[in-house]
Amino acid sequence: MIHILLFAHLQEAIGEAELRVNLSDYTVGQIKGWMEKQYPMLSFQQMMAAVNEEFATDEMIVNDGDTLAFIPPISGG
Amino acid sequence: MNMQLFEIVDKPIDIEEVKQKVVSRDAGAILLFIGTVREFTKGKKTLHLEYQAYSPMAIKMFEQISKEIEERWPDVKIAITHRVGHLDISDIAVVIAVSSPHRKVAYEANEYAIDRIKQIVPIWKKEFWEDGTEWIGDQLENVPYPVGNPPIMKGEFS
Repeated sequence: MIHILLFAHLQEAIGEAELRVNLSDYTVGQIKGWMEKQYPMLSFQQMMAAVNEEFATDEMIVNDGDTLAFIPPISGG
Repeated sequence: MNMQLFEIVDKPIDIEEVKQKVVSRDAGAILLFIGTVREFTKGKKTLHLEYQAYSPMAIKMFEQISKEIEERWPDVKIAITHRVGHLDISDIAVVIAVSSPHRKVAYEANEYAIDRIKQIVPIWKKEFWEDGTEWIGDQLENVPYPVGNPPIMKGEFS
């Protein structure tokens, strides 16, 4: 089981701030592909991601219990 | 007094409190950047804003920015507070306090900090206009995505 965190327009489009899914041991890139299958109106391929609060590449494996956050283009400050 | 150098808050920011965190006997300058909510952007009128943060990661990214500043300007002290939630026009969204023995470095380090916040700190702004709303992204057009295109994994779960 992994935790997926959603923010900004992703959170509004999906209607959830957090998902719990059985996608342990897949890569970030694979999970992006899975998200696009679940939510075809959203694009994840170019989006930044973070695993356990650190920026992650698409090749990184997400392990059981990890938190994967999708980081849409940011606009703080 | 609250001495956490980096904070995400959902209440109005106390500028003096942020400033106090960088007070030092070695400092000859304290520079405050105060980011406020602008009413007009490219002619379009903003009614109010909503900020959202991935708070634990945002704090880590503030700490990373602090480390980068320490490497470049070892004598600088820095504190950052960013507000989230509903903000009205002229409300303070962010305060960056920098102290340094000499003023030039304080200006440089403070500008570096706000530039980096806009690149790596997971905070998002939603604009509310008279005719709609939108989550704003990529204001600098230099969002640090990994170089190259990630491999396409479509079909993997079919």
